[in-house]
Amino acid sequence: MVENRPWLTVLTHLVLICGVLMVAFPVYISIIAATHGPTALTSGRMPLLPGGELWNNVVEVLTRQQRGAAPYWLMTWNSLLMAISITLGKIAISIISAYAIVYFRFPGRVLAFWMIFITLMLPVEVRIIPTFAVVANLGLLNSYLGLTIPLIASATATFLFRQFFMTIPDELMEAARVDGAGPIKFFRDILLPLSRTNIAALCVILFIYGWIQYLWPLLVTTDPNYYTLMMGVKRLAAAQEADPQWNTIMAAVVMAMLPPVLIVIFMQRLFVKGLVETEK
Amino acid sequence: MASIDLKSVRKVYPGNVTAIHALDLSIADGELVVLVGPSGCGKSTLLRMIAGLETITDGTISIGDDVVNKKEPAERDIAMVFQNYALYPHMSVRQNLEYGLKNRGTPRDEIDRRVTEAARILEIEQFLERKPRQLSGGQRQRVAMGRAIVRQPKAFLFDEPLSNLDAKLRGQMRIEIRRLQRSLKTTSVYVTHDQLEAMTLADRLVVMNGGRIEQVGKPIELYDRPASLFVAGFIGSPPMNLIPVEALVAVAGGTMPDFPAGTDIVGIRPDQVLLGSRDGITLSGTVELIEPVGGESHLYVRVEGIAQALILVQQGRASVGEAERVDFILPLAALHGFNRESGRRVE
Repeated sequence: MVENRPWLTVLTHLVLICGVLMVAFPVYISIIAATHGPTALTSGRMPLLPGGELWNNVVEVLTRQQRGAAPYWLMTWNSLLMAISITLGKIAISIISAYAIVYFRFPGRVLAFWMIFITLMLPVEVRIIPTFAVVANLGLLNSYLGLTIPLIASATATFLFRQFFMTIPDELMEAARVDGAGPIKFFRDILLPLSRTNIAALCVILFIYGWIQYLWPLLVTTDPNYYTLMMGVKRLAAAQEADPQWNTIMAAVVMAMLPPVLIVIFMQRLFVKGLVETEK
Repeated sequence: MASIDLKSVRKVYPGNVTAIHALDLSIADGELVVLVGPSGCGKSTLLRMIAGLETITDGTISIGDDVVNKKEPAERDIAMVFQNYALYPHMSVRQNLEYGLKNRGTPRDEIDRRVTEAARILEIEQFLERKPRQLSGGQRQRVAMGRAIVRQPKAFLFDEPLSNLDAKLRGQMRIEIRRLQRSLKTTSVYVTHDQLEAMTLADRLVVMNGGRIEQVGKPIELYDRPASLFVAGFIGSPPMNLIPVEALVAVAGGTMPDFPAGTDIVGIRPDQVLLGSRDGITLSGTVELIEPVGGESHLYVRVEGIAQALILVQQGRASVGEAERVDFILPLAALHGFNRESGRRVE
């Protein structure tokens, strides 16, 4: 901040460090738990230092075939497919609808915008029963289409793209018109490249959104071949007739966290590039 | 190369706001016409109608022999230079120059030839691989010009292209635009609110006010014989002194001429007012303020009985000080007569 008082600096750092600890500690615990054998965690004393069983636990998660559950690699594949389809679908649909709303004068344009905007105010849970009914009637239960399509429409992303398009000067569109670019050329040659940073940011957010979906896959899939990772991990913990195997559950959790982490790390480089190249 | 003809062109915005009232204007092949006027006078709207970025409510616009009313901007074969340059930020200078040509399916070697040529004329060869954000304002302006030149269009349309530049650069670019237009001989329409820019650039000047044309003519004609009070006040800096006749008659000495019937305001350019007392209408007043501009001095003189201060231009340094009395004359030959009611010039 503008103020230069040493004790304030110390205080703000203390608050920040406390916050980071509170957020990071559970993650740390799960990573530690993933490195111990089955007995260490049920003894009643939670170890705080890493053990040597990480590899065994990972192999156990990857190879064990549980009753009524899909193999770990299949669930990972399902989750990836779902998250990527949702991300790409959401971005494609929302950037096109934002383009229509901002750059075209058609009857009902304002109405269309407000209808999209109002859906922002309804959480998924509110419309989950009608959505389920629609998907069920279309015969999309237990299919990748059923997993992804209902989640693809995105008011948030449409709204973000709309706000971004409105900051692009009109003269750019007019210059493109004078230069002989039609609507599709303008979209492809000018708007898409300019939206690169926004697309990268949305990729991260939407991939994580798709990856952590739990309620929806739980509703539309009954066939283990379509189970996603989030459901699978929950199932591991809810195994009947036995104590939960916390060390393998935690190993599965930690492995499930990896793809989003990788996405963030990979996309961060794009972010920085986008920020450095910011231009108007 | 083409002439541009506007026949009773009107623009009415939704809500019945008339931006352009039935307007006629012919621009000859190779001519540089400047549209000038205060903000909201419709000059930019008119330019955008010629470009095809605004629809035409009534009348016809033709470029060359084609009526272009219903044509897309790209089909009108015009090039436009925008106030904020509107360069594509993610493309290099070269890509910016090429974009319009590529969209037209110009062959590769022709594109290269034209881009090289335009870059040479505008001296932007060393910037061709840079992005617009790496350029200064003046360089961006050149690129925007280059984008228009490479197209070799029938007409250039300039929408206040220099107003984002600082004063010095504006002066330079003004001269360059003039030189470029002379050598390319491309019909050009140039919109500005800066009357100095308008005066120095124009083959013909169109003064607009409230969606109508006030006067069309060579800049110096407009300066010498403004057709209306508005033009008299708008063209020239410092502006023309406009004095109500009854006030002038009440306070002035010397020979008062017979003004033509209907004259109730007389105007005189500040540089035509002479200090001292000789033949003509004599006045005296108190110097309120002196603006030394360098080569000349602007004297603001308060004359009792006349509402606004009169402006006098004296060559070199002012010979009087502030708060001193000064005598001056208005030479009869330099007077312009206007009618207040109609706003028009009285001969």
